[in-house]
Formats: sequence, C-alpha cells, structure tokens
Amino acid sequence: MSFLELRGVEKHFGSLKAIKGIDLAVEKGEFVVFVGPSGCGKSTLLRMIAGLTEIDRGVLFLDGRDITRLASSKRDLAMVFQSYALYPHMSVADNMSFALRLANVDKTTIREKVRRAAEILNLTQYLERTPKELSGGQRQRVAIGRAIVRAPKVFLFDEPLSNLDAALRGQTRVEIAKLHRELGATTIYVTHDQVEAMTLADRVVVLRDGSIEQVGSPLELYDHPANQFVAQFIGTPQMNIVDSTALPALRDAAGVTGPADGFIGVRPESVLVRPAGRGRLAGRVELVESLGADTLIYANVSAGPASERPVQIVARQNERTDLQPGDAVGLDIVPASFHLFDRQGQLVSGSARG
Amino acid sequence: MKHLALLVRTVAAWLVTLLLVFPLIWLVLTAFKTELQAIAVPPQLFFTPTLESFREVNLRSDYLHHAANSVITSFVSTLLGLAIAAPAAYSMAFFRTRRTRDILMWMLSTKMMPAVGALVPVYVMAQTAGLLDSRTALIVVFTLSNLPIMVWMLYSGFKDIPPDILEAARMDGASIWGEFTQVIRPLAMGTLASTGLLCLVLAWNEAFWSLNLSSAKAGTLAALIASYSSPEGLFWAKLSAASLMAIAPIVVVGWFSQKQLVQGLTFGAVK
Repeated sequence: MSFLELRGVEKHFGSLKAIKGIDLAVEKGEFVVFVGPSGCGKSTLLRMIAGLTEIDRGVLFLDGRDITRLASSKRDLAMVFQSYALYPHMSVADNMSFALRLANVDKTTIREKVRRAAEILNLTQYLERTPKELSGGQRQRVAIGRAIVRAPKVFLFDEPLSNLDAALRGQTRVEIAKLHRELGATTIYVTHDQVEAMTLADRVVVLRDGSIEQVGSPLELYDHPANQFVAQFIGTPQMNIVDSTALPALRDAAGVTGPADGFIGVRPESVLVRPAGRGRLAGRVELVESLGADTLIYANVSAGPASERPVQIVARQNERTDLQPGDAVGLDIVPASFHLFDRQGQLVSGSARG
Repeated sequence: MKHLALLVRTVAAWLVTLLLVFPLIWLVLTAFKTELQAIAVPPQLFFTPTLESFREVNLRSDYLHHAANSVITSFVSTLLGLAIAAPAAYSMAFFRTRRTRDILMWMLSTKMMPAVGALVPVYVMAQTAGLLDSRTALIVVFTLSNLPIMVWMLYSGFKDIPPDILEAARMDGASIWGEFTQVIRPLAMGTLASTGLLCLVLAWNEAFWSLNLSSAKAGTLAALIASYSSPEGLFWAKLSAASLMAIAPIVVVGWFSQKQLVQGLTFGAVK
C-alpha cells in the first residue's frame, strides 16, 4: 500500500458533486501537485485530506491507517494556508512552536527545533516579532516554518504563493523546491499556476470539475497529454488545437494519417515559420510578441480562398524576427509532433508524438 | 469664528453631560440628607451631610444579605450565560449554515416581547418547581433573558477572527477546547470581557423578575430599593441611600473594566 491513498473519495455539496470519486496513491517522499482551473475542486480535495472538509464517500489511508473519519488534529499533517493563517497574538517563535507545545514536547527540544527551522528559513532575527510586523514573504516563511518544526507525515500547501508578488513568488518557489530536496518530506501542493506545477512536482495531478484528468510527471503531461483539456492547460502559450475539418491542409502538413474527424493539436514550438510562399501552410501575421528569449508569432491561416474564418496558429521560436502584423508567411509543422484528439477531446491512441 | 464654534460645542457637551449625570448627583446628595431636608422646598443644594439614612437602611433591612444575593445571581448567571453562549456563537460564527441568520434573528426577537408577557408561565413554573424566592430561579431567568444578547455579541466578535486561523490550530493538533482557550480566547478577549460585563450589569440591575420571583430570602438589591417605596409614602433619603449602596459595587466594577469594555465594543472597528 502507498503512503497516502485515496480510494473513491467523494464530496457532495447539496446535489452538487464537488469531488467525483478520486483514486490516487502518493508515495513516501513524493512531491505531488494538484493543478486545475479555479472551481475544479483541488482545494476541496486538499482540505478533505487535511480533515477540514468531511469526506462523504470513499476512504483515505495514511501510512497504512484508515484516517477517513479522524479529526484534523490527530492526522499528523501540516498545512500552509494561502492566507498564511498565522496566530496574530503570538510571536514568530510561538507560532512555530504551537503544535509542539500542544503535544507537550519538552522545552529544550522545542527551542532547538524552532532555532533550526528559523535558520533554514532565514527567520532567526525575527523570532520575537509578531506576524503583524513582518512582510508578506516573511509571513509566508513563518507559515512554512510552523509546518516543518513538526516533521509531520505529509505537508499540505494550499496555493501558498498566490499572495506574493511575481518576483517573490519565483524566489519562494525555488526555496520550496530546495526545502523539499533537503527534507524529503511527502508533500501535496495545490496551485492553479501550471508553471508552479511543472517546476515543483514529481507528479502532477490535473483536476477538472472534481475529477482527475491525468496524473503524471510534468514532462509526461507535456509530451503525452491524455486529452485536449490537459493538452491546453499545460504549457504557455497553449497548444494549438484545430478542428481537423476546418483546415484540411494542416492534416497533410502534420502528416496525420488515420481517421479524420476530430482535433489536431500542435505545440507552438513545433510550428515553424517560413518565408512567404514556402511551407505547407500559408498565413498572415496577426501579432508578434517578442519576449526576448522567445518570440511568439500569431498567424491566421485560411483553409482556402472560399473560407471566411481563418484559423489562428501560434508559433514559438528562439530567433527574433522582423515580421510585422499583416506580413504573409508560410508555416511548416515538425513531422510527427501532432496530437490527435477525437470529438470528445480524448487522445486517439497511437497518435502521440515520440 | 472657530473659537466660537468650539465654545458652543463645549458648552453643549457640558449641558448634555449635566443632564445625564444630574439624577445620579441628586441621588448622591439626597442620600446624605435627612428625610426632612430631602423633601424641602426649594430643594437644598447645601446642607450638613448625615449618614443617618444609611444607618437606618442597615437597621431596617439586611443590606449584606441582599448584596450577596445580587452578587451571586449576577455573577453566576453571567458565567453560566458565557458558558452557554460561547459554544453557540462559536458554531454560528465558524460553521455557518443557511439557517444561522434566521436563528440569530429568532433569538433576538425573544427580546422584543415584554417580560411581563412571560410572567405567568415563568411564575407557575417556578412555583411548581418549588423555586419561588430562590436564587436558583433568579439565576436561571437572568441567564436565559441575557442569552440572546450574549450570543449576538460573541457571534459578532468571533466573526472577526479569520476561520483559517482556527483551521491552522486544528492542523497543529489543537482540540476544540485548545482552539478555544489558545486562539479564540486571546483574540476575542475584548469581546468576551465586554459581553460578560454588560450581562453582569444587566443582571445586577434586573428589577422585574427579582421583584416578582423573590422576596425576603432571595431578594436582590433591586428588591431592597423597591421596598423603600412603601404604601406609607416615599422615604426619599432612605431610598437614595439604599440606591447608592446598590449601585456602588457595580459602578466600581464598571470603572475598573472600562478599558476592556470600550475595547470590546469597538473591536473590529479598529484593525
């Protein structure tokens, strides 16, 4: 049995099924990220593991023990909240040692553990302050410190970075990754940001409408998305998804063989921009986004002279470009780089690249 | 111009204050008069103070006995009320349901009925239970009549505590009791103190139920004061002396806890 295991876990809010029978196994030491658009149930699922939201059906095992009905306080899990949820009336040191004091750990051990956690998190000089006197980033670190002094069985993170500004978010993301490497603690991390998911996770769980869409390592999800939703959710800019009937030329360009009806997906980096008149598709530049390292070229491709609605295709390249909106270009697709989905958005087997 | 406005405002403030405090001042003055001086026309502002009325009140009735009844009934009913209201407010503030608002309104609505409307049933119940003229009956009635206010005040105080903090405490291993004593109590100390104090004052000043449900044995200070407006006429000096002795303890308590009270009533307003 795995370290943490969910079997058929469900949550109902009235007649609404918020979580629809989740099966998931998390191994010891693994960093698992729940990702999905807002309202997909990722935070609810995390709260169910934490015991803050009741599990209506299914079972939850931790370390071989059924904890489905166990109170949060007895689960031996630590959680870092989006709002940090620090105790405003306690000093940083007291915040971090609260759990240990409740567990009647002796004072010298507590002091030692708090000291070590403060050292790791660079909080030593703030131990006597109250949360009010700290910056957002420092509060965030105290919240993490409160979790690590306990050495719990599993760390739960509920969108811990969403209240930080962009620069600090990137920096803290790196710190969390480093911390996980050092402590090797089992971690479940919830985010709506697919970049956080890709960079932190050993395994990513993509959720939508209370169901798991796909579970896999970040690159597995990127290279072999199981369906159109995952294909478009993972990766920025989004994968190009084109109705195969709308642009027959793309099928040829991508080298698609087999059943025609469905959607063709191509990652932007698999679209190659050629001079006008060359390439298997002809298009017109709509917009150029120069990001420095990357250049994104949005081109409108018409199916033919008769077609009124052109299809927009994004290309991503490392070289900079002189192209201007309105310029005519040609497009090629890297051979065998396409993903073929059926009408329901499911991957047509055997069509993945690689 | 600015000066004048300030002057007008100051004078107005003093007038209002005097108007509010005048009965109290008059009460204090009358308490130290003889009965004759008390009813003298025109009223005497300057006179030789005497403790005669206090002496007579103490001779005629047992002040300490009534004071003890007041202390016991008000303190016990307040503590009991807090013990009942705090869990109720906790569940309403942190585990809201669709009916929470309705329940709160319903509780408040019970205060809209005049107490006399419930007099007969309450009296009969007290009589049947053999609790007439007992402190127990007063404690039960005081507690129940203050509960709606207590729940409301605690509810609005608790609502200001972010629920995340309680969840964090739960994750840290706190039981419900631990959550309450370690997190809610320190964070809502102002609310708890002001709620307790307000109900203490309300119970202390309660006259309707103590007059109707108690007499010699369980009578509170309110009953003591009332006994001086007798059929033979009012004894203003003695009535004032008794009143002064009745309000003195609660005034002192209020004085010392003023800071807590103000903090509690403005809690949430300043953050």
